[in-house]
Amino acid sequence: MPKIMSLDELKSLRDNVKNKVDLREKGENVDEMVVIRVAMATCGIASGARDTMNFFAELVRENELNNVVITQSGCMGYCYAEPTVEVTLPGKEPVVYGHVNKEKAKEILEKHIKSGEMVDGIIPVAHKSLDE
Amino acid sequence: MSKFTMHILVCGGTGCISSQSNEIVEQLKFHINAANMSEEVQVLKTGCFGFCEKGPVVKILPDNTFYVQVTPEDAEELVKEHIVKGRKVERLLYSDPTTEKKVSDSKHMDFYKKQMRVALRNCGFIDPDNIEEYIARDGYSALGQALSMTQQEVIDEVKKSGLRGRGGGGFPTGLKWEFAYKNEADQKYVVCNADEGDPGAFMDRSILEGDPHSVVEAMAICGYAIGATQGLVYIRAEYPLAIKRLEKAIKDAREYGLLGKNILGSDLEFDIEIKFGAGAFVCGEETALIHSMEGMRGEPTTKPPFPAASGYWAKPTNVNNVETFANIPVIFLKGADWFASIGTEKSKGTKVFALAGKINNVGLIEVPMGITLREVIYDIGGGIKDGKKFKSVQTGGPSGGCLTEKDLDTPIDFDNLIAKGSMMGSGGMIVMDEDDCMPAVAKFYLEFTEEESCGKCTPCRVGTKRLLEILEKITQGKGTMEDIDTLRELSHVIKDTALCGLGQTAPNPILSTLDIFYDEYVAHIKDKKCPAGQCNALLQYKITDKCIGCTACARVCPTNAISGAVKQKHLIDQEKCIKCGACMDKCKFAAIIKE
Ligand SMILES: Cc1cc2nc3c(=O)[nH]c(=O)nc-3n(C[C@H](O)[C@H](O)[C@H](O)COP(=O)(O)O)c2cc1C
Ligand code: SF4
Ligand code: SF4
Ligand code: SF4
Ligand code: FES
Ligand code: FES
Repeated sequence: MPKIMSLDELKSLRDNVKNKVDLREKGENVDEMVVIRVAMATCGIASGARDTMNFFAELVRENELNNVVITQSGCMGYCYAEPTVEVTLPGKEPVVYGHVNKEKAKEILEKHIKSGEMVDGIIPVAHKSLDE
Repeated sequence: MSKFTMHILVCGGTGCISSQSNEIVEQLKFHINAANMSEEVQVLKTGCFGFCEKGPVVKILPDNTFYVQVTPEDAEELVKEHIVKGRKVERLLYSDPTTEKKVSDSKHMDFYKKQMRVALRNCGFIDPDNIEEYIARDGYSALGQALSMTQQEVIDEVKKSGLRGRGGGGFPTGLKWEFAYKNEADQKYVVCNADEGDPGAFMDRSILEGDPHSVVEAMAICGYAIGATQGLVYIRAEYPLAIKRLEKAIKDAREYGLLGKNILGSDLEFDIEIKFGAGAFVCGEETALIHSMEGMRGEPTTKPPFPAASGYWAKPTNVNNVETFANIPVIFLKGADWFASIGTEKSKGTKVFALAGKINNVGLIEVPMGITLREVIYDIGGGIKDGKKFKSVQTGGPSGGCLTEKDLDTPIDFDNLIAKGSMMGSGGMIVMDEDDCMPAVAKFYLEFTEEESCGKCTPCRVGTKRLLEILEKITQGKGTMEDIDTLRELSHVIKDTALCGLGQTAPNPILSTLDIFYDEYVAHIKDKKCPAGQCNALLQYKITDKCIGCTACARVCPTNAISGAVKQKHLIDQEKCIKCGACMDKCKFAAIIKE
């Protein structure tokens, strides 16, 4: 990576990455990607987030889904519902699920990811973001 | 893709479940089936909406209608009116308490969002190991912006925002930066305090784990503003994941030209080094922290001189907390005026709290300053566990105090908490219910401070030990009324004479609980009773008339304290009983009680 030499360069990098965040390796069809984001802070890991993340990877491989990206994030603050996972379908608002164990992970993959059908256990967005 | 065109979200959080949300789901499904719409409408159970006091809550998508206090009997009407005919059910809509107008417009559905994420804006939304995700969310733009301003302008912007330190003291951040800026020296330092020693707090760890670049960026802005080229993060070694993510962030920032020489093509030079702490509470105090970084014993020294004048290696040093730094980029992105529009007159912005204790939604929350305790506990927190009665909230950790029922509607900010005998501290918030014994809570904190006292000054070293001894006496039922006077007197002496903040604030949990829960202390002393039923030494196991003489209890008692003939009421010898509780668990007839 060449160094960023000005605010303008930073801005053009920002615009470039904005839409394809984390999806670089998967190449062109970035807009059709499903993103699974597992909250992997100390708290999440302590309640099994790493297992959940590995399990998703396994499921994705088994099902030969090549439009799914699995990535991590920090703590969303829902200690009472860890492990938490955010699923974003192409062009859709992200949906967060709580208490995602293997069973739930399977259900999410089968229903939400494969056929876009939400399942029980969504954690509604209960906070305002910077732009609201 | 999904065949459903409409979704009914029913809150399945603990608060709403206890008010029948499961039955609501059943009823909704039943009526949707009856209307022959189960192919188009999906009923889903969700987690808490953060609006529990008005629960059970039902939200309909895609039109975002939000219904409150729904009962199972309302299901039929909801389906027949809203789902089938598309007409909102007026009487179940939320009515705004001030205007008394029903809120149905989906654009105004954010009223229930009590939380506001500023410091935690990226936590949980980006991959902390990926600098480009941070950049995609305007990361490092604030640094670029700051570089186009003069140093004084940067400082003025922070001053104008009204930001105050989140590490406990609440000192105005802009003013602190100005001191360090005005003190001329050949070298200055920016220090990030990530020691986080308060036993109830973990927000700094979460920020570093979830969004390390926000701290890196803020430290660079601070470096530019005060004229420092070197930054240091002091972090406890028990935070391995936070350390790993921070190391990666620093490395990537260097690679992208955001740390090092000629940052963003400017003349700014700034780099960050990580220093590890061994996890002593006192090392979070800024002078002790600086000594520890210099390789000396982590003991505080008197202030002045303040670090801004003479800190790390006797050079001007600006020390800020992790959460304080995490707010900085936003002040530049959204403007100081925007930041200052949030919060109360003297406390601007938001505060992150770690909600813990007897509350349903244990977690990390970020709320605007000025929110009430009631909203935090009953809306965001989902109320008290197991439907018990709220008793008190402890804020400020080992330096803080308690708030009660009568403070539920006080807006939370730095000054109000102090006026109520507590403090903001780093943001631990421990909720207690009727089963919590307050002298025991005070004892818990004193055990902590007594253990963590560095021992440098006598009032704290010896004083906390004496305070703890008295509390132990009282919770064992051996206290006298004179002990209360001694507690008070000693507390004030320690507050006035201890060298650093640890000792000066250590008596706070005692003074606060003595003030508010005086009767509980008296009950322990005079009646030899613990009203909350927590202090083991004051409890007695007793056998009541329900006893049928089955002898089961006598057989499990490890000290043979129970006697009695078969089929006759048994008796516990209080002298021999060690209060293990085994007999009570064993008795099938609920004949043994604890009081
Ligand atoms: C005993 C004691 C422990 C402290 N622990 C911390 C801590 O863990 N983290 C922190 O940021 N500040 C802690 N402080 C406050 C620091 O001394 C200092 O005020 C703070 O880091 C300044 O940053 P701020 O202005 O951004 O809050 C502690 C103070 C005392 C007296
Ligand atoms: S008040 Fe306590 S922690 Fe602070 S210097 Fe004195 S002995 Fe050490
Ligand atoms: S176990 Fe219960 S019923 Fe049996 S002897 Fe003991 S107290 Fe009485
Ligand atoms: S509490 Fe334990 S020691 Fe006391 S009577 Fe019961 S079994 Fe025996
Ligand atoms: S600290 Fe991460 S969910 Fe609680
Ligand atoms: S809003 Fe339903 S449990 Fe909180």
